[in-house]
Amino acid sequence: MKFMPLILANLFRKKLRTTLTIGSFAIAMFLFGLLAVMRGAFNQGVDIAGADRLVVINKVSLIQPLPISYRERILQLKGVKNVTFDNWFGGVYIEEKNFFPQFAIDVDDQRQVFPEMRVPEEQWKTFLGDRQGAIVGGATARRFGWKIGDKIPIRSTIYGIETWDFNLDGIYTAAQGNDLTQFWFQYKYLDERTPRQKGLVGWYTVKLENPDYAVSVAKAIDDLSANSPYETKTETEKAFATSFAKQAGNIEFLILAIGAVVFFTLLLVTGNTMAISVRERIGELAVLKAIGFGDRFVLFFVLGESLLIAVFGGILGLAVCKGLTLLIASVGDFLGGFLQFFHLSNAAILQGLVASVAVGILAGIIPASSAMRLRVVQALRRV
Amino acid sequence: MAVPLIYNLRSVRARWVSAIVAVLGIAGTVGVFIAMLALAKGFQTTLVSSGSPENAIIMRAGSTSEMTGSVTLDQVRIVQDAQGIAREGNQPLLTPEVVVIAAFPLISTGTDANVQVRGVSDKALKVRSNIHMVEGRFFEPGLSELVVGKNVPSTYQGLTLGNTVKFGGGTWKIVGIFDAGGSSFDSEVWGDSRVVADVYKRPNYIFQSVTAKMTSPAAFTTLKDTLTADPRMTVEVDRELDYYQKQSQGLTHQIHVLGGVIAFVMGIGAIFGALNTMYSAVSERSREIATMRAIGFGSGSVVLSFVFEALFIAFIGGLVGCLAVIPLNGFTTGAMNFQTFSHLAFAFKVTPALLGAGIAFALFMGLLGGVPPAIRAAQRPVALALREL
Repeated sequence: MKFMPLILANLFRKKLRTTLTIGSFAIAMFLFGLLAVMRGAFNQGVDIAGADRLVVINKVSLIQPLPISYRERILQLKGVKNVTFDNWFGGVYIEEKNFFPQFAIDVDDQRQVFPEMRVPEEQWKTFLGDRQGAIVGGATARRFGWKIGDKIPIRSTIYGIETWDFNLDGIYTAAQGNDLTQFWFQYKYLDERTPRQKGLVGWYTVKLENPDYAVSVAKAIDDLSANSPYETKTETEKAFATSFAKQAGNIEFLILAIGAVVFFTLLLVTGNTMAISVRERIGELAVLKAIGFGDRFVLFFVLGESLLIAVFGGILGLAVCKGLTLLIASVGDFLGGFLQFFHLSNAAILQGLVASVAVGILAGIIPASSAMRLRVVQALRRV
Repeated sequence: MAVPLIYNLRSVRARWVSAIVAVLGIAGTVGVFIAMLALAKGFQTTLVSSGSPENAIIMRAGSTSEMTGSVTLDQVRIVQDAQGIAREGNQPLLTPEVVVIAAFPLISTGTDANVQVRGVSDKALKVRSNIHMVEGRFFEPGLSELVVGKNVPSTYQGLTLGNTVKFGGGTWKIVGIFDAGGSSFDSEVWGDSRVVADVYKRPNYIFQSVTAKMTSPAAFTTLKDTLTADPRMTVEVDRELDYYQKQSQGLTHQIHVLGGVIAFVMGIGAIFGALNTMYSAVSERSREIATMRAIGFGSGSVVLSFVFEALFIAFIGGLVGCLAVIPLNGFTTGAMNFQTFSHLAFAFKVTPALLGAGIAFALFMGLLGGVPPAIRAAQRPVALALREL
C-alpha cells in the first residue's frame, strides 16, 4: 500500500492515455451493464415466475380456448388451492403502437392466485361493482396519463371491431420485476358481449398448496381432459415463461456473443496500453530492480497499475449504467412497457466488478511478467 | 509537399502490435454493427418476400393481422366475382384461408414454439406462384393431410415427410414439402382450409383472410375501391407486399434500436482505442516527426499523413470486421413474430450495402480517432522535439 503514490504518479504521468484507457474500460463495463439489463428485461417473466403456480393452456396452442367448466374440476384436485382464468383481449388503444396487454380476468380468484399484484381495497370494490370497470398497472397508467375515473376506449380486434368503453376503477402496483403494464377487466363483460365465445376462457392459472405438488397436479389436470375436444397442456409458470422467452429468439446467445466481442477487444486495449507504458519505462523498472526491489515487487507494481485502471473504469461504467436505469425509472416509461424491466441487479454489478478485476489481471500479466524477467544490466544499457 | 504514403504503411508494419489492437477494436465494433443490421435485414427480407406484387390480401377492416381477421363465405363469393381478380378458365384465382397456430417442440431447444398452420384452398399454389412443391405432393382436398415449408422439418420435431403427427384433435399425415423461396411461408404448415377449420372447431363459413391474384398489379386500385365500397362488406384490402412489410416493422425497428445503441457505445470504445494507438504512435515517433518537419514537410502534410495512417488502420479493421461476419450470411435463426404470435425461421442477410455501411462506420471511427493525435503531432515545436533526443 505504501507504494500507492508511486503507482498513482505513474498513472498521472500520461494523463491523456490513462483517461482514454479508463474511458474505454468504463464504456465496456457500461455496455456489460446494459447487456445484463437487456437480458433481464427479456427474461423477466422467467425470473419472477411463481414456483407454486401452474399454467394450463389448450394443448393445440395458446390461442385455442378452454371451457369454463374446467375450473370446478381442477379445483377438486388434491393439492390445488385456487384456480383463476384469463382471456386475451388484444385490443387497440387509439393506435396500434400503443400496445399493452389486456386480459378479461376472473374476479373471484384473481387476487388469491396473484397476490403480488396489489390493488387498494377501495378500488377493488368499485371495480367489482362496475360491469365496465378496469384496473391497470401503474406503468401503463403513467404512460398514457390515466387517472382513476377516466373513460378508456379500446377497439377490439379479435371480438368484432367495435370500440369497447371501460371505466378506470383502480391502479395496481407490484414489486420491481413484475409486469406493470397489464389492463384487466371483468370476464363477465366479455362473456356477455361475445355470444360466439360463450363459456370459453383463454387459459387457467392454478395456485398449488405446495410447489411439491407441481408434477402430480399437472399430470392430473392433463389426464382430466385427455381425449376430450379440449385437451390441455399444463406446466409450471416458469417453464411456460421460459418457452415463451425462448421463442422470442435466442436473445441470450446474441447478448453473450456481443459480450464476448467486447470483452476480447477490451482485453487488447488495456493490455496494449500496459505494454506501451512498460516499454517506455524499462529504464525506470531496471533502476528499481538495481536498487534492490525484488522480481515479485516489480510484478505486482505493474499489475497494480493495470488493476487500478480496470477497477476504476469498471466502477465508473457500472455507476453510469446504474444511474441511467434509475433515471429511466424516474422519468417513466416512454418506450411502452419494455423499459419498466430496465433494472441493473446487484448480482450483475458484482459480476461486472469481478470481470473488471479479471480483465485487469489478464491485461497486466504479460507486461508485468516481462517487467519481472527484465535483466537489469541489459535494460540499463539500453537507456 | 505530402509525406509519402509508404512511410505510414511501413510505420504501421513496424508497430504492428499496437496497430493490431486498434484494428481489432474497430473490427469488433464493425462486426457487431453489421451482424445486428444483417439480422434485421434477414427478418425483413423473409417477411417482405412473402408478398407478391400481383396479390391482394383481404381481411376484415380493423384487423391488425390475419390472426384476428374474419371473412364470411358470402363475402368470399363477392370477392370471387369482383373486377380485377385473375382467372384460370372459369375459376377465380383466390384462396380463402384459415390461419391458426399449433405448438411443436423446437429441435434446437426442445421447448415448444408456435407454428403457423394455414388452411388453404386447392388454388393456393396458383395464387402464390412463387411457391412450388419440392418433395412429395400437394394435399388432397378433404383429407387430413399436410404439406410443410422447407424450413419446417429442420426446425420443429416430428414434422418430416411421411410422418404422422397429432394436433388439434386430428391425426395428420405429412405428404409434401414446398419451397417458398426463403419467405415466411417456409416456416408454415398447410392443410385443407375446411379440414383445419373443422379440427380447430371453427365455423365452416368463416375465414381469416382471402388472398387473391389480380390480373395485374395495376388492378389493385379498382379491386380495392370495388370491395371497400360494397355495402355488404366491411373489409380492408391491402397489397400483399404492404401487408408483410408492415408485419416486419415491429421487430426490425427493435433490432435497429438495440443494434444502434450497442454499436454507438462500442464505437466510442473503439475510438478511444484508436486514439490511444495513434497518440502513442505520435509520442514514440516525435523525433521522426521533428526530423520530417526540419527537412521541410509542412505541418499540414504531417496532419494529413497521420490521419491517413489512422484511416488505413480503421479500414483494415473494417475489412476484418466484414470478413468476420460474412460467414453469418445465410445462418438460420428463429424469432417470434408478435404480430401473428408464431415462430418464424429466417437467415442473417449480409448484403453489400451493409458491408459498405460497416466500412464507412470504420472510417468514421478512424477519422475521429486519428485527427486529434495528428494535430498534436504537427503542433510540437521542431526544435524542442529534436532537443529531446
